[in-house]
Amino acid sequence: MLVAFPQRLVRTTCSCHCRHYLSVLGAARRNVPAINRRTGRVFVTEKTIANAPERDSGAVFSTVASGCAALVALAASVWFALQIERVAAGGAREYITQWVPSLGVTLNFRLDGLALMFSLLISVIGLLVVLYTASYFRQHPDRGRLQLLLLAFMLSMLGLVSADNVILLFVFWELTTVTSFLLVGFDHKNEQARRSALQALLVTAGGGLALLLGLIILAQMAGTYQLSAMIASDVSLTTHPHYPVALLLILLGAFTKSAQFPFHFWLPNAMAAPSPVSAYLHSATMVKAGIYLLMRFQPALGGTDWWFYTLTIFGAITAVWASLMALRQTDIKLMLAWTTVMALGTLTMFLGSDLRIAALAAVTFLLVHAFYKCALFLVIGNVDKRTGTRELPLLGGLFRSMPITGFIAVAAGLSMAGFPPFLGFIGKELKYEGALAIAEEPWLIVVAAVAANAMMVGIALTIIFKVFLSGKLQTDRRPSEVPLAMWFGPLLLAIAGLSTGVFPELIAPGLIEPAISNVLATPTDVKLSLWHGINVPLMLSVVTVILGCLVFWKLPAIKDLLDRWAQRLPSGDGIYQTALRAIDQAATFVTERLQTGSLSHYLTIVMAVLLLAVGSALLVYGINFDITGLTPVPVLAAVVVALMMAASLVVAVSGSRLLSICALGVIGSGVALLFLIFGAIDVAITQLMVETLFVVLIAAVLLRLPRFPGEAHPGRGGNLRDAVISVGVGVVFGVLTFGVAMTQADLAITEFFAENSLTKAYGRNIVNVILVDFRALDTFGEVAVVATAAMAVVALLKVRSADKEASS
Amino acid sequence: MNSLLFSTISRLLVGLMLLFSLFLLWRGHNEPGGGFIGGLVAAAAIIVHGLAEGPHVMRQLLRVDPRTLVLIGLLLALLAGLLPLINGQAFLTGMWMFFGATATDKGLAIGTPLLFDVGVYLVVLGGVAGMFIAMEEEL
Repeated sequence: MLVAFPQRLVRTTCSCHCRHYLSVLGAARRNVPAINRRTGRVFVTEKTIANAPERDSGAVFSTVASGCAALVALAASVWFALQIERVAAGGAREYITQWVPSLGVTLNFRLDGLALMFSLLISVIGLLVVLYTASYFRQHPDRGRLQLLLLAFMLSMLGLVSADNVILLFVFWELTTVTSFLLVGFDHKNEQARRSALQALLVTAGGGLALLLGLIILAQMAGTYQLSAMIASDVSLTTHPHYPVALLLILLGAFTKSAQFPFHFWLPNAMAAPSPVSAYLHSATMVKAGIYLLMRFQPALGGTDWWFYTLTIFGAITAVWASLMALRQTDIKLMLAWTTVMALGTLTMFLGSDLRIAALAAVTFLLVHAFYKCALFLVIGNVDKRTGTRELPLLGGLFRSMPITGFIAVAAGLSMAGFPPFLGFIGKELKYEGALAIAEEPWLIVVAAVAANAMMVGIALTIIFKVFLSGKLQTDRRPSEVPLAMWFGPLLLAIAGLSTGVFPELIAPGLIEPAISNVLATPTDVKLSLWHGINVPLMLSVVTVILGCLVFWKLPAIKDLLDRWAQRLPSGDGIYQTALRAIDQAATFVTERLQTGSLSHYLTIVMAVLLLAVGSALLVYGINFDITGLTPVPVLAAVVVALMMAASLVVAVSGSRLLSICALGVIGSGVALLFLIFGAIDVAITQLMVETLFVVLIAAVLLRLPRFPGEAHPGRGGNLRDAVISVGVGVVFGVLTFGVAMTQADLAITEFFAENSLTKAYGRNIVNVILVDFRALDTFGEVAVVATAAMAVVALLKVRSADKEASS
Repeated sequence: MNSLLFSTISRLLVGLMLLFSLFLLWRGHNEPGGGFIGGLVAAAAIIVHGLAEGPHVMRQLLRVDPRTLVLIGLLLALLAGLLPLINGQAFLTGMWMFFGATATDKGLAIGTPLLFDVGVYLVVLGGVAGMFIAMEEEL
């Protein structure tokens, strides 16, 4: 009868006492000067870390890490390249294995056209960046860590774009968030880097949570967690009543990740990351994850007014706003970061429409942007490395001393500006063609696209001329060309932008066509060419170039105007800061009121809440007070209970600590006696032991502490309050226990234990068999709690004596 | 505490209590007892001795740092959980060996639950004794 029940008692007794020790010690820490008898070993504190000498993580480790990252990236690039033929023919590679079948989560990967295009970008650019990093950080002690982080990030991105289960997609989504947090905060001794990393994490992980919710709602709507099935299904998701909610949540995820207005501010701040990291994460891959999501869900969720207007309007605002902000910057890396935000806005804007030409513009521009932006970021890395600055006014005339880097900058810059014969030109023409074709809001999109592109031309010309072709370097460094590993990657990307512009058939059938087919969910033919004849897009291009030259010419004046104008507007960063401070203040407010440091205050709060919560529940639901059929209490038990009641009275009124502690011991031993009387001998022994040790430990602590203020005389009001709470809690729990005893318990578990204890677990003591066999996992958790609590107590005591030593 | 009486009796008691704690641990599977209770009794023995003689004597008596005891205990419990994985069984499934088994009697059964219980014993002993030693030394 008693077997299932006592085990819980053992557990509560044990864990509650451990916690008790901790709080007693907490009180001791605050009120008592320490009698330091022994030199405690110093735990590692922040101070000791800061003083530790700079430690090289080892050349061997770095080499192995770089080699691993490069080999994995190379293998991935080759493997993905080999899949082009098969995927272009319309076949997708799939890999399925069970993970958590009960939740509908499978390790389900699917490589289709869209996934393949992204995978190739991720692995090839990953390879180039890893090679670049090996040379860029040749002397850095933590370069091995950086390479492994880059590798981890690359694998997360590859998982993200090939996941075919929405939960799996989310897992990889958050993995990219976490790895990018570590990468942005790579220079963790720099406060700015830490702040930026945290900001990127909070914004994108916050969006990630919204995304998870949206994906789950979507999966419920579609009746499947499989992405491809969801998109191919006949169920119309867009007419479902939950569609707007799911869409909003998913867009929150995509917009935070891809830095859309009003969440754009984290991306420029993330430029605290080293250049190769920015080149990889903030141009080619991570920020494109949101774009990937939009492309992926276009067939399932697109084609509605909700989709069209949200994407178009936010994309347009982001594109124009970011290109204006880019003009304000003097740091060329920040300038590029803002143009990345502009590119992401443009992509979002074009993904709003479900027209073939708009999707084609988006996919082509995605490739264009990945090529030139990554190359330019690496170029900036080279410039920074050789001149020690990224400030526009200080730079100039670098073409002579760094001709290869200069050539890359010119080629990538021209592609960025959209000059023929670069791929950027094709991308720009397609954008204009797409903008003109979108029937709903052609003017908004055309104006936004032309304005953003014109400013892009201005910025590209600024980088080409102000940094490389004209002027003189204003620092006292003598720059020289970077080694091969640092120009090889960007040069390859720049050449890719040129050659695919001249020969668009290099990428049109193999990459763009399969990807477009996935975005539009129908097989689509794609033909790209440089020359479209004289038409409206070409006119718009001419206007763009003229406007761009104007921007380049009048840049200082525009910058002044923007600076004055921008000061009056609230910035996203400012709002983020205010929100963060508000959370801090709210937390401080609550903590100051709850965590006062006074043990009796804690107890008062806990007990009062308990009294109100349990008491009100009892009042609402009532209890069965039918006492017919109860057996009379044994005389012995009645005597023990009377003793316990007397002892608790002594605890309450006694002025002496020793007396109170001893009386507490009487109560505990009384409980043990009651267990014994009713036959639960294991529980009785445990209770007796715990009680004895408790009394000894409490006596050891309390007898050494001076009297707390107000301990003996808490005042009339305090006494009354304590009395009400303690009597109330006592009554409520008495009634509750009585009610539990009145309830007919389900004996199925008890019978199971009784039947199987000896036959299956070879033990006659059911309590112990439960502890070490049937429910050993619970016990394992408990001993871990005991261990943790004990370690914490020891650590707290040692740290305090270490503190005292340090201050004396 | 400086008491000749207490000190003399504690020496008598400590050995008996430690023996008794092992006895409780061993018989726990069939009779009242077990690793948890045994560990508490052992810790009580150490503490009684410490109260009589001072904290450094407790360390001598334990021979190893109480934190190490806790760690070893946790690892033993974990090992008891991991062993059945070799057989493809679930974590913490009991594995048994029978010594001197006959047709009617299963003989002496030794299994991973005993190992697990020894782990619990060490964690409780190390944890409680460790806390007490730290308090005695630092307060």
